Amino acid sequence: MTEKTLRKGNEALAEGAIRAGARFFAGYPITPQNEVPEYMSAYMADAGGAFVQAESEVAAINMVYGAAATGTRSMTSSSSPGISLKQEGITYLASADLPCLIVNVMRGGPGLGSISGAQGDYFQATRGGGNGDYRVLVLAPNSVEELGNFPKLGFELAEKYRIPCMILADGILGQMMESMSFNFDPVDPNQLGKMQWAVDIEKNGRPKNKVFSYKGDNLIADVVERAKRYGLIEKTEARYEERNTEDCDVLLVAYGLSSRACLEAVNKAQEEGLKVGLFRPITLWPFPSKRLAELAQKTKAILTVEQSLGQLVQDVKLAVNGKTPVYLNAYPAGGQPDGESILTAVRSCLNGGKEGLFDLQAHAADFAYECKRDASLGMQGDCKGGK
Amino acid sequence: MTILAKKPQSLTDIPMHYCPGCGHGIVHRLMAEAFDELKIADRVIGVAPVGCAVFADDYFACDMVQGAHGRGPAIATGIKRSKPQAVVFSYQGDGDLASIGMAEIVHAAVRSENITVIFINNAIYGMTGGQMAPTTLVGQVATTAPKGRDPKLQGWPINMCEMLSQITGAKYLERVAVDTPQHVMAAKKAIKKAFENQVKGVGFSMVEVLSQCPTNWHASVDQALEFVRTQMMPQYPLGVFKNEEAK
Amino acid sequence: MYQGIRIAGFGGQGVVSAGILLAQAGVEDKKNASWLPSYGPEMRGGTANCSVVVTDGEVYTPIVSTPDTVIVMNEPSLPKFEPLIKKGGVLILNSSLINSRPTRTDIQVICVPCNQIAEELGMARIANLVALGAFIKVTGAVSLDSVADAMKKVYKRAKPEMLELNKKALQAGYDFVK
Repeated sequence: MTEKTLRKGNEALAEGAIRAGARFFAGYPITPQNEVPEYMSAYMADAGGAFVQAESEVAAINMVYGAAATGTRSMTSSSSPGISLKQEGITYLASADLPCLIVNVMRGGPGLGSISGAQGDYFQATRGGGNGDYRVLVLAPNSVEELGNFPKLGFELAEKYRIPCMILADGILGQMMESMSFNFDPVDPNQLGKMQWAVDIEKNGRPKNKVFSYKGDNLIADVVERAKRYGLIEKTEARYEERNTEDCDVLLVAYGLSSRACLEAVNKAQEEGLKVGLFRPITLWPFPSKRLAELAQKTKAILTVEQSLGQLVQDVKLAVNGKTPVYLNAYPAGGQPDGESILTAVRSCLNGGKEGLFDLQAHAADFAYECKRDASLGMQGDCKGGK
Repeated sequence: MTILAKKPQSLTDIPMHYCPGCGHGIVHRLMAEAFDELKIADRVIGVAPVGCAVFADDYFACDMVQGAHGRGPAIATGIKRSKPQAVVFSYQGDGDLASIGMAEIVHAAVRSENITVIFINNAIYGMTGGQMAPTTLVGQVATTAPKGRDPKLQGWPINMCEMLSQITGAKYLERVAVDTPQHVMAAKKAIKKAFENQVKGVGFSMVEVLSQCPTNWHASVDQALEFVRTQMMPQYPLGVFKNEEAK
Repeated sequence: MYQGIRIAGFGGQGVVSAGILLAQAGVEDKKNASWLPSYGPEMRGGTANCSVVVTDGEVYTPIVSTPDTVIVMNEPSLPKFEPLIKKGGVLILNSSLINSRPTRTDIQVICVPCNQIAEELGMARIANLVALGAFIKVTGAVSLDSVADAMKKVYKRAKPEMLELNKKALQAGYDFVK
């Protein structure tokens, strides 16, 4: 334990990662996570590790692939469009069973989007943007303190299950300063012991180690075998936080920064005599479905609050499985919830109103759209020459 | 009984899958001989590519990593920076290195990563079945250039050694071939030097090997060797393009 | 106690660092505190602003959308931030650089000639601390001593005489508000 200090989220994350034993970092500049590579460039070498500013996000994640293959605690960080580029490497890391840490300090999307903090990458993180049947363990901090402490948890889980771990943070979490403390003593990676599977020097007669992604004829067995680990993770590693969940009429579900606005709503609701609780998934995969399903039976309505357009709500609905009505209060593309805006939606849940509740089809109710082409061009020009 | 020749210890006993007449097997052997002779076998870590050499991780006795297409130099960077005592190589084909992995190879050279790159240039995509490579010759037929490579549509072949020689961080660049015993001997020397460089800390070293692909060239082995000499060498002259020793 | 604050002004007026100082002072007071800058293109020239929360309890969202208190240091920030202030909240206005006056009547307005006071102390650059001093007097969100302690941590490379001058500016702002 350290005393509470004021730290910027991205710097707490970087310092937390070095303390957690990260000894390889590769990254590429992108807002709003630039403080992470900047911090690493200043302090990683002193810690005995390596920092590389890569030529691209694609190269960065593949450098992590190489470093992770040696058993080194390795990581990269980026923001949304950069994470899209890393998907190739992430699916390879998953297929090669390499533990590593990937940080996404999310910004507005799709595309280049904006640099505002957002939560639009929930699907990308939990469903995977890469090819094939694989999972990434996703941790969603909601404070600078968690940002600083999750790298250690992330590395430990990643190594325990030989799986890439992602920290999914909001842009604002990375940019804000907050009082925080580290809840662990610095880890000396030299004391951790060697990974038996890692490529290394000095084989000393052991059989050769191979880290590889092409499984050929063994692929089915390989994927089925890995799925057992996924099952174990789902069974044992789901993490969440609850507030006022035992006796509430409306249960809010939110992760990351949104959950803090929800907390404001929970407290304000009490002043109004409304019974509102909060369920905050800390792991997004594995999603804490079991506990949410239990809570769903005790509440009248569930309101998902997310800074995206109906992504988290899908996991909520899967968990609740129709037992309780599930509503959505959405703030996509950099929109920010606050206690009051959430409470508006809470009231709608209770009184059958619509204000604050997002429904895609209702949203499009009076909207007509026609795909128009200029027919006058017809079969002119080059088209005629075709065979 | 006198042993005149034997398999290098740095190769495994797994039979290679390469086609008859292919150059990959020769280059694997030359590399393995270099590991044995330089006594670095215990600290070599290799990166196998996507392409015909995807199974190279089976053939070398050292620890091996097999990664994504074109990313070998980035993966090798991660390994080398994490294990500076390791001797790290990236083994790549022409599509891998000169097309999809162009950024990775250029920037590994820019950073002068102290790694060894073995670049097999056979002017064709082999594993995927004979598509046009960035190094395919003008007029050379490929499955995606059925009328032959037309510079108006597909541009000209790319000369990697010449291009990388402009980069300060590239310290050793040599182009060799494996079409004749003499050229194989020269290739061995170049490959060995590229690994010696790494041991000495010279920096980025790459050996480009002109190799034959009878299968996808639809040629007999003899015709393929002839193609290397008469068609490839004029476009890709053999020689040393950069040779800087450590300061 | 839950104080949500927005501080706004030109880049270079020290609004961002005043915010960090305030948050650090909150930490010195064993409170929870957060600070969030406006970032990205909008910080390249033009106006800058930051959000600060100081509270005995948990910090909710660090984005202060309805501030209890707003400090405006320049003219363009007044129309931008005046409408956000919570009913019954406080607006501290740098009257040295702002000629307009707020139109709202449901907030408390404190006009402080921050630049003038700072210049009298010998340095216009510390106008931000004059404003901060006034803020502390009005809200009591943190103590003057804790800001002095915070200065040592936030301005790590400042010379002792500079820290003294900073403290004087803080005190002057504090004393200005009756």
